[in-house]
Amino acid sequence: MNIAQVFTQTLKQSGKKLVVLLPFSWLLVFFLIPFLIVLQISFSESRIAQPPFTDLTSFVDDVYTISLNLFNYIDLYEYDLYLSGYISSVKIAFTATTLCLLIGYPIAYAIAKLPPHTRNLALMLVILPSWTSFLIRIYAWIGILKQNGLINNALMGLGVIEQPLEILHTPIAVYIGIVYAYLPFMVLPIYTNLVKHDSSLLEAAADLGARPIGSFFKITLPLSVSGIVAGSMLVFIPSVGEFVIPELLGGPDTLMIGKLLWSEFFNARNWPGASAVAVVMLLLLILPITIFQRYQAKDLEEQANEH
Amino acid sequence: MASSFADDKKNVHLSISQVVKDFDGFKAVNDVSLDIYQGEIFALLGASGCGKSTLLRMLAGFEKPTSGDIILDGQSMLDVPPYERPVNMMFQSYALFPHMTVEQNIAFGLKHDNLSRPAIANKVEEVLNLVRMTEYAKRKPHQLSGGQQQRVALARSLAKEPKLLLLDEPMGALDKKLRTQMQLEIVDILEAVEVTCVMVTHDQEEAMTMASRVGIMDQGVIRQVGEPVDVYEHPNSRMTAEFIGSVNIFEGTLSKDESDHAELICDDLTVAIHASHGVVGSLGMPMAYAVRPEKIQIKRRAPDQPCNWAKGTIKDIAYLGSHSIYHVELANEKIVLVSMANSDRWSEVDDGPRLSWEDEVYVYWADDSGVMLNS
Repeated sequence: MNIAQVFTQTLKQSGKKLVVLLPFSWLLVFFLIPFLIVLQISFSESRIAQPPFTDLTSFVDDVYTISLNLFNYIDLYEYDLYLSGYISSVKIAFTATTLCLLIGYPIAYAIAKLPPHTRNLALMLVILPSWTSFLIRIYAWIGILKQNGLINNALMGLGVIEQPLEILHTPIAVYIGIVYAYLPFMVLPIYTNLVKHDSSLLEAAADLGARPIGSFFKITLPLSVSGIVAGSMLVFIPSVGEFVIPELLGGPDTLMIGKLLWSEFFNARNWPGASAVAVVMLLLLILPITIFQRYQAKDLEEQANEH
Repeated sequence: MASSFADDKKNVHLSISQVVKDFDGFKAVNDVSLDIYQGEIFALLGASGCGKSTLLRMLAGFEKPTSGDIILDGQSMLDVPPYERPVNMMFQSYALFPHMTVEQNIAFGLKHDNLSRPAIANKVEEVLNLVRMTEYAKRKPHQLSGGQQQRVALARSLAKEPKLLLLDEPMGALDKKLRTQMQLEIVDILEAVEVTCVMVTHDQEEAMTMASRVGIMDQGVIRQVGEPVDVYEHPNSRMTAEFIGSVNIFEGTLSKDESDHAELICDDLTVAIHASHGVVGSLGMPMAYAVRPEKIQIKRRAPDQPCNWAKGTIKDIAYLGSHSIYHVELANEKIVLVSMANSDRWSEVDDGPRLSWEDEVYVYWADDSGVMLNS
């Protein structure tokens, strides 16, 4: 082996490590370190100063002390507001995810059945709204849903209703907002799954006596589970912590943990309390994230088996 | 196994009559009529794009004929959807359901027959036994080898006891060695269950090994139907002659046409070609003569016959193990292929040493070795 070969060899090996290193350092810098900071704040005490929380460690009279303040977590447990906030967040996120699935699956299915050249156009149409700012799009919904907004004006103009419907600042508006904003995240993974399906499987099912509906439930649906799981997690996980949509479209009675976190942080200026809320929310989401990853791994394994 | 079916044509099981399939002006299948007999294995043989797969898909019900009729066991299949046809297909890709075990795959079709649970279990057991896959019942398809997947696919298509079994390129996904073994095994199984079978293949060897009759398809039309021997020995057109096996074609004009023999004047040869069968044609019309390489003899001395020989030089010898192909170049640069078994090759040819490159030789054949073709 000459020097050049040795050089390329080491380059290749270190290149492989570099490739893995990049996403890991990304996670380290932008996820793990901020999380540790938040975790640390959650164990501190609130104070009126800059920064508005105490240090965990102190070094007084040659004694090094670490004080962990658990009251922020106990508070979460003691005040019903937080508990019901979590429950209501999970409930809203779950309902919204189910709605996204019910609406998104047929869309993904229809796109996957399109002839290949029209598929890309349809996918573009699904993604296109994301090119506008998220915030602006949610604001736009206020104009659509409000008392004298598009929907009410149109329905009253047509004479369908006499009094404007109360949609804005209700849970319905929140669902509309979440479903609207996160639908692409449901459609895309399901589409990616469905489009890979071998059409001869459906022909085989028909050949063996299954009607189209039966083939769908026995073949297509079970084979698209990993797409459904991926889509559902991509909708559910961010929905739980959603702040903008319940804030802009929801009413005072729409309780979501994102909103509580915001008011704890900016209104009450209780950084440690807000941090505790955030940490618990993250722990809450670990379960769905693990499910998501398990299915992703299974999917990859199956793909490896096919080749 | 091959001979009996053509003789007793009493039992037509499947009748394809004047079927046309038009894809936006392109006739993939163009007026095909074909009778398939009870219990036979019929092979549709043709190059890719000849329409054989389209015809098979029409039998399965995945495509609807533009015109014509398909009558299975006395009943028209035109308005019967695939899920109600008593027809099952073994797909080229096998199309085994990846999320089901071998057992579940086979039971899939049976569940649609409203059978009781024990009846389904018995049937699954029976067909698994038939294809010798019993011990793999609990496996998923991706845990099986190609040959095992094929057996499962076959078992699944046989489980419902179809009136007609369709095989789409049955050996397409297998490597060559496994192919030869599975060809005979599948034929044994099909004959054991006495199912009528139509298969599609582009591999003439596969068609000839497995089928009792073959139909040569080309550009949406069936060119010739017959037992493998007939199609090989008596092709009815240049297309079939050239498609099946290799063949030497001599072009010329008809110079003599009697009921029991015909003669052809061919520019490539110094003597006439004499065939021991008559043709339908007029004197002077262009005609081709086809003769298979293994029907041609080769030697150093001029043969003692007035017709059917040529003088040339050996340009190439392709050694193929069991036999060799001699490429003999005639005076006008036409190449004649001659096949000789290697057991003969090693022996001495008319008292001289073994034939070799650049040897001057004579090639000759008998009156009944080839056929005259006018199309």
